[in-house]
Amino acid sequence: MATPTLEKADMAPEPEAGFADSPYITATFRIRRFNPEVSDEAQWQDFQIEIDPKERVLDALHKIKWETDGTLTFRRSCAHGICGSDAMRINGKNRLACKTLIKDLNPEKPITIEAIKGLTVLKDLVVDMDPFFQAYRDVMPFLITKGNEPTRERLQSPEDRERFDDTTKCILCAACTSSCPVFWNDGQYFGPAAIVNAHRFIFDSRDEGGEQRLEILNDRDGVWRCRTTFNCTDACPRGIEVTKAIQEVKRALITRRF
Amino acid sequence: MQIHKYDTVIVGAGGAGMRAAIESTKRSRTAVLTKLYPTRSHTGAAQGGMAAALANVEEDNWEWHTFDTIKGGDYLVDQDAAEILAKEAIDAVLDLEKMGLPFGRTPEGKIDQRRFGGHSRNHGEAPVRRACYSGDRTGHMILQTLYQNCVKEGVEFFNEFYVLDQLVVEEDGVKKSAGVVAYELATGEIHVFQAKSVIYASGGTGKFFKVTSNAHTLTGDGQAACYRRGLPLEDMEFFQFHPTGIWRMGILLTEGARGEGGILRNKDGERFMEKYAPVMKDLASRDVVSRSIYTEIREGRGCGPEGDHVYLDLTHLPPEQLDAKLPDITEFARTYLGIEPYTDPIPIQPTAHYAMGGIPTNVEGEVLADNTTVVPGLYAAGEVACVSVHGANRLGTNSLLDINVFGRRSGIAAAEYSSKNDFLELPENPAQMVIDQVERLRNSTGTERVSAIRLELQECMDANVMVFRTEQTIKTAVDKIAELRKRYLDVSVQDKGRRFNTDLLEAIELGNLLDLAEVMATSALARKESRGGHYREDYPNRDDVNFMRHTMAYREVADDGTESIRLDYKPVVQTRYQPMERKY
Repeated sequence: MATPTLEKADMAPEPEAGFADSPYITATFRIRRFNPEVSDEAQWQDFQIEIDPKERVLDALHKIKWETDGTLTFRRSCAHGICGSDAMRINGKNRLACKTLIKDLNPEKPITIEAIKGLTVLKDLVVDMDPFFQAYRDVMPFLITKGNEPTRERLQSPEDRERFDDTTKCILCAACTSSCPVFWNDGQYFGPAAIVNAHRFIFDSRDEGGEQRLEILNDRDGVWRCRTTFNCTDACPRGIEVTKAIQEVKRALITRRF
Repeated sequence: MQIHKYDTVIVGAGGAGMRAAIESTKRSRTAVLTKLYPTRSHTGAAQGGMAAALANVEEDNWEWHTFDTIKGGDYLVDQDAAEILAKEAIDAVLDLEKMGLPFGRTPEGKIDQRRFGGHSRNHGEAPVRRACYSGDRTGHMILQTLYQNCVKEGVEFFNEFYVLDQLVVEEDGVKKSAGVVAYELATGEIHVFQAKSVIYASGGTGKFFKVTSNAHTLTGDGQAACYRRGLPLEDMEFFQFHPTGIWRMGILLTEGARGEGGILRNKDGERFMEKYAPVMKDLASRDVVSRSIYTEIREGRGCGPEGDHVYLDLTHLPPEQLDAKLPDITEFARTYLGIEPYTDPIPIQPTAHYAMGGIPTNVEGEVLADNTTVVPGLYAAGEVACVSVHGANRLGTNSLLDINVFGRRSGIAAAEYSSKNDFLELPENPAQMVIDQVERLRNSTGTERVSAIRLELQECMDANVMVFRTEQTIKTAVDKIAELRKRYLDVSVQDKGRRFNTDLLEAIELGNLLDLAEVMATSALARKESRGGHYREDYPNRDDVNFMRHTMAYREVADDGTESIRLDYKPVVQTRYQPMERKY
C-alpha cells in the first residue's frame, strides 16, 4: 500500500491504453494535515490523483482517503450542499467541498485545501464547531410570540414571507463566519452566521422577540464589529446576501423599525 | 469507559429524533445522540413538501389522503396507521407553523399547497394540492425549525456519538431495552447510556446502493444494532427508487418539479408517462414512474449516446416560477451538470431514495420483538422504523409527515414509559461487544479495503436488486453479499488512532450495510410477486392470496456460530379499504 509522501510523482498510476480519450486528469491536492496524536505541528502534504475534473473536491478527498491514506480526516454527509458539513478553505477561499467542481479550480496547479479559519483545528480538516453553534444559540434562534396561539396557522402575506426568505437558506456551515477577518481576530464576535439567523427572526412578521435580539446584537461583540468586507457574502455557498442582512440589522438598531 | 444515566435516549437528530426530543425533553431527562451535528441530518435534503389535507387551496380531506397512502403503498400499508398519519397530518403542519416554520403562503396568507405524486381528489379522480412546502427546501426548513425549537427547549445533544449497540436484557422470557452503547468520534472513548427508554430515529440505509439520493452517512446503523440483538426487520425488500435523480450522481430533483408542471420526456421528446398513467401522468406514484423510465430506456428510447437516461423538462415553465418555487434544484442542475434549466432539459435517472421497511413498530412507536410482542422501553420513528404507513411504496411528502407524526408520538410514549418505570440493570460488561468490534478492526492486519468492498456491494445492489428484479438477479446478489461478508472479516483500517477516526467508523458502517443488504436480498428472493417498489419480472403481478403480508426477518445464530436469516410473515391491518387493482 502506498504511503503518502511529499514527493509528487510517485503515486500517479501509469497511463493506460486509450488514456487520451479518458476524461481523467492528474491533479495535485495540497492538504494541510494536523493530528496531535502524531505531531504538534501542522504540515502540508501533496496527493496526486487521477480524477474526472467534473467531479467534486469532496470526491477527490474521498478518493485520497479510500485509496491512498485512510487517516485523512474531514466531515461530510449529504454531498450536495445541503447539510453544511464540509466547509473548508479551498485555494484560499471558503467553500463547500461538495459544491466545488475540480474543473472550476484550475487543476493545472496544486489545489490547496485547509481547515476553515478562526475555529480550533482538531484533526486535518475538522474544527471545533462548538463556539460557532454557541453564538447561534445566543441570538435566540426561534420564534418568540406572545398571547394565545391561533387555532389554525398564523397568517402571513407572501410579501411578509418574502422579507426574510434569503436568510432562511442558511445551513450553518460556518463558511461565512470563518471567512470574517473580525472573527479571526476576536472569537468573541458573534460572526455573520449568528447575525443571519437573528435576521431571519427579526424580519419575520410573526415574531415578537425582535427587540430582545437587537439588544443582544447591540453588544460590543455584536453587529457593530462588522467592517463590511463582504468576505461572508462571497463565501456563502447558499448565495445569501450576508453583508446586506447584517446592514439591515444595523439599520434596525438605529431606527428600531423592522 | 463512561456510564451515563438518562430517562430517555434518542438515537439520531434528524426530523424524527428532534421532533421526539421536543416532546420527551418536556417530560423526562433526555439525551439525543447523533453521529453528526443536529442540522446535518438528511431530513434537510427533502425538498418538495409535507402532505396534509388542510384544504387551504381546494377541497380535500384526510380520508382521501388515507386512501391515497394505502393505494400508493400497494395495499401493504397498515390501514389503522395510515389513518392516524393522515388525520394527525393537519396538526403536524400547524404545529410546525407555530414553531416558526416559514411555509410558502397563499395570497390570503394561509399555508400554500402544491400537487405531488399519488395525491388525489376523491380516490383518484385528479391530482390534488395537498403538499405544504417552503420553496424546494421544505426538509431544510423542517430540520432548522425543529433544531431551533430544541434550542428553545434546552434539549441536550451528544454530537458525533455513534451508537453501535443496543442493550437488550431478557426478563421472564421478554426482551427489554436497557440502553445503548456509543462511540465518541472526537476521542474514541466508549460510552454506555443506561436509559429507561430508547428511541431509534437514525434514518435509512440508502448507501448500499451506488446511485442514491442518500447521504454518505445513511448506513442503517439503528436497524443493524437492533437486528444483531435478535430483533426483527420488517419489509426490507421494499426500497423506493425516486424517478428523478441527477443522471449518474443520484442527487434528488424533487417531484415538486413535476408538481409545478415539469414533464418527463424520452429521446423523441415524447411525454411518455401519458402511456403508463393516463390520469396522473407524470404525477403517478414513484414506483410506477421509475419503472416507466426504465422501460423507455430498455426499449431504446433513452437519451444520450448510451441511451441510459431520460429528461426532466422544465423549459416551458416561466423562469420566475422556477426561481420562486424550485431555486435549489435548478441550481443543482447548473452546479453539477452545467445545464441551464430555463432553456435545457435535465438528464435524470431513478435514484435509490427511501427504505419503506425497517424496525417494526406499532402506532405508538413501540418496537416489536415478533408479530405482536412489544419490547418494553424500545421505540423507533422515521425512516429507520416500519409502522407501516408506507407499505410497498411511499408517497412523496409522506416521509416528512411520518417523522413529525410518529416522531412526536414516540417522544411522548417513550417519556411516559420512562416516568412510570425504573432503570433496568445493565448486562455484565455492557460495552464488551463494541470494544471487541472496535479493537478487532483497529488491530486487524487483513488485506481487504473498506472502500473496495463497499463499492462492490453498491454495484452489485444497483445491478441486481434495483427497479427490476428476477430470481436470478436476486440470487446473484445474495451470493455476492455472502462473499463480501466473508471478505469483510479480513478488512483493516489505516487509521489506528483514537482521535476522529472516521476510517474506523466507515468500516463499522460497512458491516451494517452488508448485514442489511443480506436481509434485503433474502426478503426480496422470497417475495414471489410484484408489489409497489418490489418488482419481479418473473412474477409481474401482485399476489394478494400468498403475499398480502409483511415480511419479518430475524437473524438466527446456530450453536456452531453459523448465522442465517429466518423469514416469517405478519398480517396486514386492513380496516376500510379492500385491495383493488392499482391504476394511475
